[in-house]
Amino acid sequence: MQNFDFVKPASVAEAVAALGTSGAQALSGGQTLIGSMKQNLAAPAVLVSLTGIAALKGVSVSGGVMSIGAATPHAEVAKASGFPGLSSLAGGIGDPAVRARGTIGGSLANNDPAACYPSAVLACGATVVTNRREIAADDYFQGMFTTALEDGEIITAVRFPIPERAAYAKFEQPASRFSLTGVFVAKYGAKVRVAVTGASNDGVFRWTDGEDALQASYDPAAVKGLKVSPDGLIADLHGTPAYRANLVAVMTARAVAAS
Amino acid sequence: MKVSLTVNGKPMSGEVEGRTLLSTFLRETLSLTGTHIGCDTSQCGACTVHVDGAQVKSCTVFALDVQGSSVTTIEGMANTDGSLGRIQQAFQDHHGLQCGFCTPGMVMASAALLAVNPTPTEAEVRHHLEGNICRCTGYHNIVKAVMAASDAIPAE
Ligand SMILES: Cc1cc2nc3c(=O)[nH]c(=O)nc-3n(C[C@H](O)[C@H](O)[C@H](O)COP(=O)(O)OP(=O)(O)OC[C@H]3O[C@@H](n4cnc5c(N)ncnc54)[C@H](O)[C@@H]3O)c2cc1C
Ligand code: FES
Ligand code: FES
Repeated sequence: MQNFDFVKPASVAEAVAALGTSGAQALSGGQTLIGSMKQNLAAPAVLVSLTGIAALKGVSVSGGVMSIGAATPHAEVAKASGFPGLSSLAGGIGDPAVRARGTIGGSLANNDPAACYPSAVLACGATVVTNRREIAADDYFQGMFTTALEDGEIITAVRFPIPERAAYAKFEQPASRFSLTGVFVAKYGAKVRVAVTGASNDGVFRWTDGEDALQASYDPAAVKGLKVSPDGLIADLHGTPAYRANLVAVMTARAVAAS
Repeated sequence: MKVSLTVNGKPMSGEVEGRTLLSTFLRETLSLTGTHIGCDTSQCGACTVHVDGAQVKSCTVFALDVQGSSVTTIEGMANTDGSLGRIQQAFQDHHGLQCGFCTPGMVMASAALLAVNPTPTEAEVRHHLEGNICRCTGYHNIVKAVMAASDAIPAE
């Protein structure tokens, strides 16, 4: 691994200033970035740790909204009360060591096509808050490993409107425990949103046919037999596009049943 | 740069670079070689230690990022008289190891579980050990050992 200068600021303002220097990159839990650095896929000149910034940590609930600081580890979201569907998603990420370090901000900034959190953010129409602006979930995800974040912009928090009913159902890739296909279903009154991760070459997406069916009848049987096109879905040694297409409806039904 | 930690209850410090991993600092600077490096890619859990009570893979944490923390390694798991600690003894009694390479990580992961859940079910033990890979035992005896150690730890 190439060497770098390590800085650990105590405030968002100092972190943003440090990220303005040439070759600087943010470090949150490191559960993705350190691995990339070992492979020289990332070689920052300055690493700016966000884990010492108290303002970026913690979970709070107020007025039907759960706010999560960007540097809050998965383990803490798993223990939070107020939004069981999200806590259960967080408690199923990786393993206990990954959950102790890995954070929601790092996961969303990275936007791995098989990551769990993006499905919850998109299904809930959550707001990604940065040091510069607020980004609606529908505008935030821009394809595999691509987001609306600009250079030097950091996520500070994520705000989820808490659904009436919600659940995440993940078909795990058993070695990595990432999603082979994962579905988050969120119901707000008559409105239902369904977001799918792990399946598409374009990253997380909304399954609108599934949403329409569930809005007509919020029941696992409502999506039974609905076909998903395999076009653009991921082909790898773990599953074909057709296999993943089938899983979209199966995991949606399971999420509805669990919600 | 200088990093200072409390390791197994004792203050320790040493010079590191930005890129020095916690595992490297423990093994090469402090000569605490009980923490094993199996994969160096966050997959196997052999390098598991506790940082301020939380189970982490020390190959995937920079030493400088845990400046000032309290770290516990497998060397800190023995009783003060040097005999095997409760979980270690259960691994020996129940043949929870063969080559022993994964064992430090297994013991540290199990200790983290038992600290928050002194009476886990077998399913909870298996779920908790998902990030720790063993190439020898087939896991059954590891799970038996953890269950045995859990009985032995009085509920708080
Ligand atoms: C064995 C293993 C299993 C895993 N299983 C799963 C799984 O099942 N599901 C899942 O979803 N994930 C899984 N992960 C990934 C894990 O959730 C990571 O924690 C996450 O992808 C990255 O978060 P981090 O805090 O570690 O970020 P880091 O690795 O520190 O950073 C990742 C990227 O985000 C940038 N970044 C970090 N924070 C911010 C911020 N606040 N603002 C802007 N940019 C930022 C960094 O510069 C870097 O480019 C797994 C990882 C491992 C090692
Ligand atoms: S050596 Fe750290 S997880 Fe394998
Ligand atoms: S005892 Fe050999 S790897 Fe587990």
